[in-house]
Parts: sequence; C-alpha cells; structure tokens
Amino acid sequence: MASIEMRHIVKQYGDGYPAVNDVSLDIADGEFMILVGPSGCGKSTLLRMIVGLEDITSGDMIIGGKRVNDLAPRDRNLSMVFQNYALYPHMTVYENIAFPLRLAKMPDDEVRRRVTEASDVLELKEHLERKPANLSGGQRQRVAMGRAIVRQAEAFLFDEPLSNLDAKLRGQMRTEISRLQRRLGITTVYVTHDQTEAMTLGDRVCVLRKGKIQQVASPRELYEQPVNLFVAGFIGSPPMNFLPASLEGDRLQTPFGPIVLDERRAAAVRGRDLLLVGIRPEYFEDASLVDDAKRPLGSVFRARVDVTEWLGDSQYAYIPYEAPDAIRTQLRDLSRELDSEELRTQAIVSIDATSRIREGREADFWLDSRKVHVFDPQTGENLTRDAEAGARLTQMATEDRVEQVQEAQTHGSTVGGGASRAGAA
Amino acid sequence: MSTTTLPPTEKTQPVSTPQGTISDRSRAERKLGWLLAGPAFLVMLLVTAYPILQAVWYSLFSYRLTDPSNRSFDGLSNYAVILSDPLWWQALLVTVVITVVTVAVELVLGFALALVMAKALSSIRPVVRAAILIPYAVITVVSAFAWAFAFQIETGFVNSWFGWLPGISAETDWFGGQATSLLVICLAEIWKTTPFISLLLLAGLAQVPEVLQEAAKVDGATWWQRMWRVTIPNMKAAIMVALLFRTLDAFRIFDSIFIMTAGANGTESVSFLAYRQTIARVEIGLGSAVSVLLFLSVVIIAFGFIKGFRVDLSQTRGDK
Amino acid sequence: MSTRERTWWWVGGFLIVVYALFPIAWIVSLSFKDASDIANQSFLPTSPTVDNYTTILTGSASGLFLPALRNSFGICLIATFISCVLAMFAAYAIARLDFPGKRLILSTALAVAIFPVISIVTPLFNLWRQIGLYDTWPGLIIPYLSLTLPISIWTMSAFFREIPWEMEQAAQVDGATTWQAFRKVIVPLAAPGVFTTAIIAFFIAWNDFAYGISLTSTEASRPVPAALGLFSGASQFEDPTGAIAAAAVLVTIPVVVLVLLFQRRIVAGLTNGAVKG
Repeated sequence: MASIEMRHIVKQYGDGYPAVNDVSLDIADGEFMILVGPSGCGKSTLLRMIVGLEDITSGDMIIGGKRVNDLAPRDRNLSMVFQNYALYPHMTVYENIAFPLRLAKMPDDEVRRRVTEASDVLELKEHLERKPANLSGGQRQRVAMGRAIVRQAEAFLFDEPLSNLDAKLRGQMRTEISRLQRRLGITTVYVTHDQTEAMTLGDRVCVLRKGKIQQVASPRELYEQPVNLFVAGFIGSPPMNFLPASLEGDRLQTPFGPIVLDERRAAAVRGRDLLLVGIRPEYFEDASLVDDAKRPLGSVFRARVDVTEWLGDSQYAYIPYEAPDAIRTQLRDLSRELDSEELRTQAIVSIDATSRIREGREADFWLDSRKVHVFDPQTGENLTRDAEAGARLTQMATEDRVEQVQEAQTHGSTVGGGASRAGAA
Repeated sequence: MSTTTLPPTEKTQPVSTPQGTISDRSRAERKLGWLLAGPAFLVMLLVTAYPILQAVWYSLFSYRLTDPSNRSFDGLSNYAVILSDPLWWQALLVTVVITVVTVAVELVLGFALALVMAKALSSIRPVVRAAILIPYAVITVVSAFAWAFAFQIETGFVNSWFGWLPGISAETDWFGGQATSLLVICLAEIWKTTPFISLLLLAGLAQVPEVLQEAAKVDGATWWQRMWRVTIPNMKAAIMVALLFRTLDAFRIFDSIFIMTAGANGTESVSFLAYRQTIARVEIGLGSAVSVLLFLSVVIIAFGFIKGFRVDLSQTRGDK
Repeated sequence: MSTRERTWWWVGGFLIVVYALFPIAWIVSLSFKDASDIANQSFLPTSPTVDNYTTILTGSASGLFLPALRNSFGICLIATFISCVLAMFAAYAIARLDFPGKRLILSTALAVAIFPVISIVTPLFNLWRQIGLYDTWPGLIIPYLSLTLPISIWTMSAFFREIPWEMEQAAQVDGATTWQAFRKVIVPLAAPGVFTTAIIAFFIAWNDFAYGISLTSTEASRPVPAALGLFSGASQFEDPTGAIAAAAVLVTIPVVVLVLLFQRRIVAGLTNGAVKG
C-alpha cells in the first residue's frame, strides 16, 4: 500500500487541449479518494495517468514516495477495475482472476489458494470454470474486482466500475466495494460521475471541472461548504436551487421574499448588487408543519406550486419563479455543464411527506435562512463559505478513516492472500 | 488537505502549441504505423501500379513479341486502331450487357435469398448458410464447365428436360448463337456470384433494428411498405457497396467466357479481347492499349458510383 | 410464427439449398458417367463408374492434372501465407495505431481490389518473359498477392477493430510486458480473424484463372483452373468431358470442406468489413 501524490500534473493532447490542467492532489495511504465531475472533466485521464496508461505531459506522479512518471504500468504494481471490466474473453473466470499471478510466475498451489480466497470473498465460487461471456453484469463486475484484489497491489483504481449495472445492483456493489476497501485498508482512487457513489464511498472527494480541481474535501464539507457555484450545483440531488437576489441592507430580496442574513454573511456580501442565493431543497418546508421554535430562524413566503412529487418517504414541490435574462442564461449554462437540461427556472423544494400542499394552488413555505449560501454570479465564487467549519468537517472524516483503517488492520482480514497485511509489511 | 479554489467562470485557455508540433509518442506511433503497414502498401503498389504504367508505355508502341526488332513508337495509333474497330465496340457492348443483366438479376435474387436467410428458422439456418457459400467458393472455371456441359447438345440434360417448352428441342444449340450463349454465360455468373451479394445484403438487413419494423407495424405499414420505406432505405449503404463491388467484378468477366465459348459467336468481353491480343496473338502494343482502356472503364465506373451514388467507401470498408 | 409461415420459410430454405447444390450435383453425376454414357442426355449416369477418376489420377490425363494440383496447392498456400503476414501487420497498424496515411492505405487496397486482372496480365506477361519469371512459381505468387492482399487487409482490419484493445491495457496493469500482453491476450483474440482471412484469401487464389492461363506454359507451374481450361483443347482425349468433370469435383472438394467446417466464420469475414455502418 502506498500514498499517491500528484504535483502539478498536466495532460495536453496533440491539439494543445489540456485535458488535465495543473492538478496537485495528495492521496493518503489507505484513503478512499473519489474523482468526480461531469463528462469531459479529465477524471478518467487523471486515473489513467496514475496507472500509467496515459503519458504525463508535465508534473510529477509519486506513488509510495517514488516518482513513477516513466514507469510502465506493470512496474507500478497497481490494480485497476475498468469500466467495461476488460475481462479476457478467452479465459475462464478462474484464469481471469489468476492472470496477474500467472504473469508474476507464482507457483500453482499459491495461485489456487489466492484465487479461491478471492472468489470466496466475492462469491464467485460456482462460476470459476465459466467464460466471461456467460456471466451476468454483476458477476462480471465481481470477476474484475477479483482480478484486482488477488495480488498485493499498492492501490486500487476504479474507472466508473458500476456505470454498466442497473440501479439496484449498483447499490449492492457500492456497499460491497466500500466494505472491501475498509477491510483491506488499501489506497483507492475511484472515478465516477455519479454523485451518490461519490458521497457514499469517498473519504474525500475531488471535484474536477475542465481539467482543473475545484475542491477536494470530505463529502460533508462539499455539501455544506462548497467553494463555488459549480461544486454547489454538482453535489446534491435534487440539486441546489439558485435564486437571483439583490441586496438591501442586510436583507436579500429574492423571488421568494426577503431573506435576512446573519452578521458574518452580511459582511461577506456587503457592497454588492446582484447576487445568487443557493438554497438546498431540504432547507424549505411546508410552513404549516414547522415548529414554532424553528419558525423565527427563517422566513415564510407564499408561492404557487406547479407540480408535486410524492415519493412515500419524502415529497418534492416545484415552484416556478422569474429571473432576469442574464441570470437565466447563466443558470442554463451551468446546468448544461452539469450534464442536465434546465428547461425552466423553477425551485425544487423538499416538503414533509405528510404535507397536503396541492398542485396548482398557492401555499405557504418556510425557508431556513441559516444555511443559505450566497454566490457571486460573475465568478461563481461562494461569498459566504465558512472555511473553518468546512475544515472541521473534513478533519472529522479523516479521523474516522484512520480509526477504521487501524481497526481493519488489527483484525487482519486476509483477503486475496493477505493483500492487506503482507502488502503493508 | 488541499482545497484548491478556482473561479469557475474563468475560461480554460488551451495552452497554444504551434501547429504540427507532435509529441514523441505520437511521432513514434506514426513511424511504427508506416513500418508495419508499409510493406503491404509497397507490395500492392508494385504488383499493380507498376504493371499498369508499363502497360501504358507499351500501348504507345507497335510491338509484336514474335517480331521484337520491329518495335517502334507509334503514339496513340494503337488506340485509334482499337477505337475504330467494331470488334472493340462489340466486346464493350457484350461486357456492358452481361454486367447490367447479371448485376440486376443478382440484386433482386440476392435480396430474396437474404430475406429467406434472415427469416429462416434457426434450425435450418446453418444448412442454408453453408449451402449458399458453396457457389461462392467453387472455382469459376468449374462452375462454367458445369453450366456449359448442362446446356451442350451432346452432354447436356437441359434440352431433354425442357424439351416441352416452345423453342427448345433436342437439337437446340445454346452455344450456336450470340443471344443464347450470353444467356448461359449470364446464368453461370449469376449462380456463382449471387451468394456473395446476398451475404452482404444479409449483413445489411441485420443492421436494420428490429424495433424499426415494430414501430412501422404499429404505425400501420404493410409488409411491402415496411420493406420499401423502412428496411431498404436503412440498408442503402450495404446495397450500394454490394452493387459497386459486383458491377466492377462483372465488368472484368473472363473465366466463364473463356471456358464456355472462347469468345465465339460475338461473346467476346473486353477482358477476353485484351487476353487474345496479348497472349494468343502476342500483339503486346495493341493488347496493352486494350488493357489500358479496360482499366479506364473500370475507373470511370468506380468513380461514377462513388460520386453519383455517394458511396462512401471509407465508411463502409475503411476507417470508422 | 404460424405453421403456414413456418412451412413457407422451410420451402424457401429448401429452394436455396437446391439452388446452391444443383450444379455441383450435376458435375458430380457427370464425373461418374462412362465415355458412352456422357451423351445420354439425362442428369444421372446409367451405370456409375470411376473411370474418369482413374484417367486423371493414374491414366492419360494424370500428367496434366497431378502437377497442376501440386502447383495450385503450393502456389496458393504460399501466396496466402505471405499476404496474411503482410496484411496482419498492416491491419494491426490500421486498427490500433494513429498515423496519417491510414485512409491512403485502405483506398489503395480498394483500388487494387477493383483492378482488372487482365490489365496487369499484359505487362506482366512481357516482363516475366524478360526476367525469367514466366512459367515459375514466383511468377504466379507475386501477382496472386495483388488478388489476396487487398481483401486480407480489409477483412483483417475489420476483425482487429472488434478486438477490445482495452484488454491489452488491462493486461499491462496486471503486470504483463508489452510482449506478454500481446501474446497472451491479443494473439488469442486475433487468431480467429487471421484464420478466417486466410481461408478467404486462399479461396481467391484458388479461384484464379486469368493469371494461371497467361503466365504459365508447362506443368512446371500451371495451376488447376488453367489446366482444366486446357483439357478441352488437348487432343489426346477423344472426349475430355468426363475427365474435366472428375477433375472439377476433385478441386471442389477442398473448398467445400473448408466451407462446411468454417461457414460461420467465413460469412463473418466476408461481411464484417463490407457492411459496417
């Protein structure tokens, strides 16, 4: 196992387009790092540079304290799960998993022991003699994982490994990967465009946009203290609502009435004219269902509901609003960049599942003004980000991880022929 | 903990590189590419470009192999001789007739075969597929003999089998006249090459998504309408490629004519004319000129197809 | 599918099989007719005999047929081998590498494939006589490359494009050297394509008549189709029909065997490169 350090990594293609632009990132030993971003943000390219399938134009790639820029993939001792699994179609499941060990000229009985262990962990035992073509998507995925864990690699690399599975299987495999990583305590880099995977799997998440790092932080920090409009819009589902606002003293005038800012926030935005307020759907509530104790902490406004979606455990209401053209264009650009298609300016509001608010009627909503963020519409910068609070959140996550890894190592699971212990030794 | 903040609206400026600058890796790749593909490329050029240039050169001379000392530069007079000779026009006409007839019949017949194969029950599909490959794989000369023997007065069974048809009797001499000879030649050609067309069309059929058929059914199209408005337009590329290849192939017809009639009774094709001038009469100059004309005809046909029907060969056969 | 419809497809399939096999059946039947039977005006022999086969294998025509058979096998196998090796390298480069000139190579292959054989025969006839390649094996192997190489390049590039090249990278990550990745992963995946291409190339070389009849003059290098063409002209037989039929059957056997064994692959090979949207 090893840490991975990247220093000013640049990847430039023949036409001069920088797919990865000056990325510096430290991934600690045993850490689960997620690379996330919309398509074309350079996340896969970065992963392929780590494993050595892509040349590094400039910068340093350091794995386990050693500069590996010029090493061939096989000399880096990393294992990777590809998006399409890359199972060798002419070999059985057993031989697919055994392939890295065979290349390392390991004795047969040792190969058998390790493959058996790995296939036990992944419940592939009864499929060992089958060819990949005869397996289901989930089974193929597990074979690819088996090939990755069977040897003592320095780190695991995953390139969107779940994107070819259906939703249910994806959820199952997600927890499986998480369990496995915790158990082995192995450094892992995981590329995805799915933010559920990003939020649930990662110790830290690195958000990329057009080849540049936007923010690297724990999922919680990303969610609560995003650095800019892009991160705020990318993390969270349904996404954060952005409302146009103008400043009047300490109050923001929005399509949903005035929002009063606390002193810190007010100071941060002072002197500006047009702003964007970011409010997550769950910061809203049906005003009639809000505790009297909480009510003064927010504001109440009245609006007409366009559509409601009742999901059993939760409920969403869609509230259209008017926005100036400039803001409208900018929001449309942003949503396009986030791989979605915003057709109209509307707020998505999460309300209690028991709420009786009806479509097409006006209703009173309560808005928790403590948690709103205010963005500069020109630069996208989050003006009200509390860096300290964010750092605290990530610090907590890091401590949790260290504890878990230690625990995993003292329990010493021996998956894949002791990949964790022997590898750590 | 590294938290990099960048203003998101800042436009990513591509680091400009001068045009034509390429990395070492891609330069190495280019080199390797040509190193690997070069020999094949060179061989192809050597075995075709060189001979055709040589043919162009010879065609400008009056040159008989049996009389090499009398070789003299004649300019374009060989071409003048050929183009003013009814023999050439006769051969060209025969070639065109054979090409048009065989390709037209093969396209229709091949499409029918492809449809049957596409729909054939999976239990009989391998049998049908193997059967249809046999005419493709059989040597043209063998096929020509089989058809010739079947129609000849002495050896054939056709006259006795089809004697009940008006105009056919035990004495019907199929190879005694131009029209009937050409008919038998065309039959042999059609039998031999339809499988190739039908396989290409079958592959084209397979590329038309089944769901389009279903959509058309729901929209109320009859079988015929689905065929004309959904299936065929969607396999236009396959049809065009099959057509182009078979047309050029048919235009070069030589083997069957050599075996079945040896060019008698006005059944000489352009290829056969070139062969007879060069190999049999050793008129290198004249033969070369016919060869060059044949080559030009093929080029014109290919060009006409590619421009006229917009057959994009690079898309179908080459680079994706 | 209704029973009625099912019956129709069966009938269709049956008609195709009859269509494909009828002329073959005819030539086989003809080959078993004896000299007096040839002109019996009917499809089947009255009393089957193997006389025609003895004529071409041990009898008067064996001097013409057996060397031709040997020439055909030798020349076609060598030409197929050379063009497959050359095409393998070229197709690998085309499918795998990025270099300018890919299109040029593919269009050249296309141009060569549509080239009229006779146009090449004329100058080669003259050239071969001058440099002594006339009526030799190399004298046929070289022009056969112009027949087999283009189709080999297309067919193989089409096959190679289908190979999941990601595998090669996966193998490298798994610890393979470039050579190991190639040998253990790519070669097993590419082999069927190369093999199929070889069969198709062999068919094409085996089928050639124009080069064979123009560039040879004796048993030293004359291939079977050319020899068959000359049977009729040779006056040593009273009636060559039976002998020709027997020889035709014998040279058809190898291709029929190949077709029966590898029909699925051959179909894939013929259509793969041609109709890719």
